Amino acid sequence: MDVAIVGVGLHPFGRFPDLTAIDMGAIAIRRALADAGVEWRDIQFGFAGSYEVDNPDAVVALLGLTGIPFTDVYNGCATAASVLTLAANTIRLGEHDLGIAVGMDKHLRGAFNADPRLYACPLWYGELGHFLTTKFFGMKINKYMHDFGISRSTLAKVAAKNYRNGALNPNAFRRKPLSEEAILASPMLNYPLTQYMFCSPDEGAAAVVLCRADHARRYTDTPIYLRAATVRTRRLGAFEVHSPWLPIEETPGPTVDASRAAFEMAGIGPEDVDVIQLQDTDAGAEVIHLAENGFCADGDQERLVADGELQIGGRLPVNTDGGLIANGEPIGASGLRQVHEVVLQLRGQAGDRQVPRKPRVGYTQLYGAPGTAGVSILSV
Amino acid sequence: MARVPVAEGIFTWPADDPQLIGSRCTACGIVTFPSQGACPRCAATAMAKHLLPRRGLLWAWTIQHFPPPSPPYAGPTGTAFVPFGVGYVELGGEVKVETRLTEADPETLKHGMEMELVIVPFRADDGGSEVVTFAFRPVG
Repeated sequence: MDVAIVGVGLHPFGRFPDLTAIDMGAIAIRRALADAGVEWRDIQFGFAGSYEVDNPDAVVALLGLTGIPFTDVYNGCATAASVLTLAANTIRLGEHDLGIAVGMDKHLRGAFNADPRLYACPLWYGELGHFLTTKFFGMKINKYMHDFGISRSTLAKVAAKNYRNGALNPNAFRRKPLSEEAILASPMLNYPLTQYMFCSPDEGAAAVVLCRADHARRYTDTPIYLRAATVRTRRLGAFEVHSPWLPIEETPGPTVDASRAAFEMAGIGPEDVDVIQLQDTDAGAEVIHLAENGFCADGDQERLVADGELQIGGRLPVNTDGGLIANGEPIGASGLRQVHEVVLQLRGQAGDRQVPRKPRVGYTQLYGAPGTAGVSILSV
Repeated sequence: MARVPVAEGIFTWPADDPQLIGSRCTACGIVTFPSQGACPRCAATAMAKHLLPRRGLLWAWTIQHFPPPSPPYAGPTGTAFVPFGVGYVELGGEVKVETRLTEADPETLKHGMEMELVIVPFRADDGGSEVVTFAFRPVG
């Protein structure tokens, strides 16, 4: 059974002191329902993702207590990819015909912190200051730049591109373009990454209405087909966040595994993809993920970025809505924000940031602690 | 002043030539740090204590320019915070260990440079002792 997306909805990302995460989730769902032209009572099942909200399915209090199976999911930064995958599989297995996938979150400012023992790390690892995601991203891109000849200027160009795209996106958190010079001159957080090269935790919600592909045209003239949705965790030897040690053997990370599995499931290759959403926790992550997802060889990013190929008018448009850098990261919602953007792009509804030449295939990727990645591939 | 380790069982202490204490799988041979009770490669549960080489090569690094969130970070914060280097050092082809570095200057740190284990001050504890931790410094 194939799966189609017939409605998408978003509550803008940013800071909203007067709204709870549940409020934003309900708004995103209502917008997705309206987009699909269905009522809440038509929805047969749901999956909801959040980090901060224990039971995001409590959103039914604002929508209607209809008794549907509604399952809550948390899977780190790959939460929304897991929500999407589970919702798609529910339809694929023939259990239900029409459902909702929603993500919502509302984080405090600043880097995430937690008890390292909850991540199978010793307490002293945290006491010493090692239990920190930003430090991992700094090390990973620093090594990558050394190994493959990527410059700091390329990191600044990638961040500047995402702020520029965010300025075109009315739903983005950061809507002010920033120059490469300002990005490089902002405070160094974890060498070589500066403050403006990182995304911030923030608030927001996104929702997607999915149905059996053979029912899609009941709801819309522009169904978008979910060709693949995969989640993978790290294998031994991958260079991962929160690792007090690594073995000598080296293995590709979970993004590579999730990406290969998704392309195989979809039966298409990276060369067929027209619009791309990548996890840009920081500008370096976007650079690395471009290669890890098969869109270029390691080191080619230097030339691709210099030539503007990752911009909206380029050959590989990446993070056309500004990505995490301009939207921030409400963990539960982030991956569905990516899907929302790809759906708008494939429908030709992305306004000022529309990719020209009618994109037909889109791609999304999430990555996060403790070494979990999710990929989806969508097509017209 | 007494010098107490940040945690028991992660390096030999007191010692003239301290070593990190890891574990080695008696079935497949993989080396971990710190020691753990089960093998992450072959899932065997017979792990033996294994002292790690004191020297190795810098595999990856960054600088921690801001105080990490407390908790869990227990070191100096505010004006007392001093940026520190962090990296992975590959020890004798056995294991890569994440560690504090004695250098915090991007001009000094080079991928592949030779490093050696040292024990350095980390913070003062409430009883007036000095808490020490392992770190790696460039050789020579």
